Amino acid sequence: MSLSSSDENQSRFHFKNYDTGGFYDELIDEHGQPRPGAELLVRRIEELPNGELMHRQHMAERSLFRMGITFAVYGDEQGVEKIFPFDILPRIIAAEEWHRLERGLKQRIRALNLFIDDCYHDQNIIREGIVPRTLLESATSFRPQCVGLNPPHGIWCHVTGTDLVRDKDGTIYVLEDNLRCPSGVSYVLQNRFVMKRSFPWIFDASHVRPVVDYPGRLFGLLEHLAPENVQSPTIAVLTPGVFNSAYYEHSFLAQQMGVELVEGRDLVIRDGFVCMRTTKGFQRVDVIYRRIDDDFIDPKAFRQDSLLGVPGLMEVYRRGRVALANAPGTGLADDKVIYAYVEKIIKYYLNEEPILPNVPTYVCYNEEDRKYVLDNLDKLVVKAANESGGYGMLVGVHSTQDERNKFAQLIKENPRNYIAQPTLSLSRVPSIVDGEFAGRHVDLRPYILYGEDIFVLPGGLTRVALKKGSFVVSSSQGGGSKDTWVIASSPLEAKYLQSQVQQQRNE
Amino acid sequence: MLSRVADAIYWMSRYVERAENLARFIDVTHNMTPDLPPGASEPWGALISASGDQTFFEEKYGEPTRENVMHFLTFDADYPNSILSCVTAARENARCVREVISSEMWESLNQFYLSLRDAAGSGPLESPNEFFQHVKDSSHLFVGISLTTFSQGEAWHFARLGRVLERADKISRILDVKYFILLPNIQDVGTPVDDLQWSAVLRSVSGFEMYRKRHHGITPKRVVGFLVLDRLFPHAIMHCIDVANRSLHAISGSPEGTFWNIAEKRLGKLRSELAYLTVDEIIHTGLHEFLDSFQTKLNEAGDGIYQTFIAMEPEAHALE
Repeated sequence: MSLSSSDENQSRFHFKNYDTGGFYDELIDEHGQPRPGAELLVRRIEELPNGELMHRQHMAERSLFRMGITFAVYGDEQGVEKIFPFDILPRIIAAEEWHRLERGLKQRIRALNLFIDDCYHDQNIIREGIVPRTLLESATSFRPQCVGLNPPHGIWCHVTGTDLVRDKDGTIYVLEDNLRCPSGVSYVLQNRFVMKRSFPWIFDASHVRPVVDYPGRLFGLLEHLAPENVQSPTIAVLTPGVFNSAYYEHSFLAQQMGVELVEGRDLVIRDGFVCMRTTKGFQRVDVIYRRIDDDFIDPKAFRQDSLLGVPGLMEVYRRGRVALANAPGTGLADDKVIYAYVEKIIKYYLNEEPILPNVPTYVCYNEEDRKYVLDNLDKLVVKAANESGGYGMLVGVHSTQDERNKFAQLIKENPRNYIAQPTLSLSRVPSIVDGEFAGRHVDLRPYILYGEDIFVLPGGLTRVALKKGSFVVSSSQGGGSKDTWVIASSPLEAKYLQSQVQQQRNE
Repeated sequence: MLSRVADAIYWMSRYVERAENLARFIDVTHNMTPDLPPGASEPWGALISASGDQTFFEEKYGEPTRENVMHFLTFDADYPNSILSCVTAARENARCVREVISSEMWESLNQFYLSLRDAAGSGPLESPNEFFQHVKDSSHLFVGISLTTFSQGEAWHFARLGRVLERADKISRILDVKYFILLPNIQDVGTPVDDLQWSAVLRSVSGFEMYRKRHHGITPKRVVGFLVLDRLFPHAIMHCIDVANRSLHAISGSPEGTFWNIAEKRLGKLRSELAYLTVDEIIHTGLHEFLDSFQTKLNEAGDGIYQTFIAMEPEAHALE
């Protein structure tokens, strides 16, 4: 091979030699052909002149940096800030697959909402023995303070960010439900903004479904929750403050919705209402999209040492004088042991077969499961019931004997607190690594809004594990993100959706 | 609007203005030094006096030199009023109110900060003029962007309030220093050195040409009159206080000439005093005494703003 042609190969991207490595690849099928919806993108990228793709990748990064969408690197005195790594190659979801996911997510949220409401009221599902009583009562995220509460319109989980993963055989599973304060949607919107600049015409030609209407829909949802006698409600996003790692998102959403961004110290309870301190005195707040966990939201009702919340908030909420999204208490359904029952929960409340399967889950609380788990620790992933972000987890295949012994001990001591799942081989998407394409593992977090009806934002956040071979997509451990393209089923549908977004913007 | 937000916007704006003023002071001093005859009073030490943080400087650096004063005022991250610290603080305040200001404002301030951080990391300044011009330009860009992208409601008025109060304070300081330190020697009065220094003062507030248009020849009295009492020049104290007063009334909705709160009372009183003052009276009182008392009153007005809008116990504190 001559020198010049090898140069050319290095700076030019094509999928000819791309190796899917035996995994399910979201863009390229096992024969090396683009999957439905990805044809145009693949062709266009291969046609780009030398160096152009890298140029666009760098432009995108610079643009994110300029917009200040950065997070601080802790422990660095120079105050170095980094962008959340972004890979310019999108993940593409074909229309039909998306329709199925959308239906599945709606079904799941509807059922989970009924479940939460039932748990804090009559507990029929427990009386009928579908979910064991001890399980509910021992769930640390079950809030006795919420028993008997009636949130507006009976909705508890207004904003959900469900984590989905695809295994080797192409099956998509629900990994986690995330009904508390799921974050990441701001990255979906910003990634799209940057991508539209990077690949302007492919967007139109590919009929990618828009995501830009998310803030408008979220606003509509919050408005819908306002107490009935309030004509034009004051809505606020409640943030723990500027040092929180998701602060950018809180501020972004408040800005995009045109509502107040408040901290706990901005709010006081006066005359039985929640008020914010303004330059013109105290002003009543009617709806709060809170991005603070239950534990910290009201030191009078939950953790007394919390400085982030508003003392007395729960009492005002109980009286229906302020609405909270999500409702306190929804974290119950995030318990990983409760998760194992979601398929049964769907059947019980909706009398339907679950559209999206759970990852097969062994509940250590059941003797038979526990025995299997203890015998197969080297093959399974063990998770603690109430941890997230990769904490309290054992990945059997990568573990040492010591770690397995430690987890065996933990499971025996407190079986209620552990579940185990088989190791999935997450699907991959081509990503730019050291100047060429390499497959990297991804998950998908679609965002679901439950207001007057249930809305699923087309696509969601595709998180990608940028380290070779890694399945850990979380941003604290070397994860990045990608834009997610949901393809409209026809040009006509694409047009219709665009006009809907336009109409909503004009309202 | 939220009190916390008003406070952050006010300080965001003040810090940008502070950085710009500092850049102008340093730049002018830097340009003036080659023209000074040997034995003329040391302008770098005077700059430290104007900063009001002499003790801090001496403890850390000792004798003032061109290099250490420049570094101190420009890039010293430990010194809370260095240009770098000011712009960092402005950006941190802006970060807390990103949802309130326009994204263009945020991006411009973010760029401003990133450029300073890069400059601070790359050793002594190769071209100080170019650098300080960049600081001034960035500040002007930010103010210009605020003017064209930010709705001129309460938040905008808080930003303007912060800017003009900071500016009034800085003008009074630079005048004071000129009178007190640059010119301890009565023989220098009326000499080319004196002229040079007064033009430097005018230049440091970007007022040289505007002064020329109005007064032509440079005399200390006229310069003082121009920088304290001119109503039209943006870097004159009177103009700043006038604008601050208008913004304050725009915020509270009360008619000018009346007062509903302690901030309006104090600032309105200060404005009236200035409005009916002549430069002869200032000289008669003594410029230093006048400026000293002005700074005290300005601080009291600033405190009144904090009491009224930020500390937030509206019903607890009725009018005095």
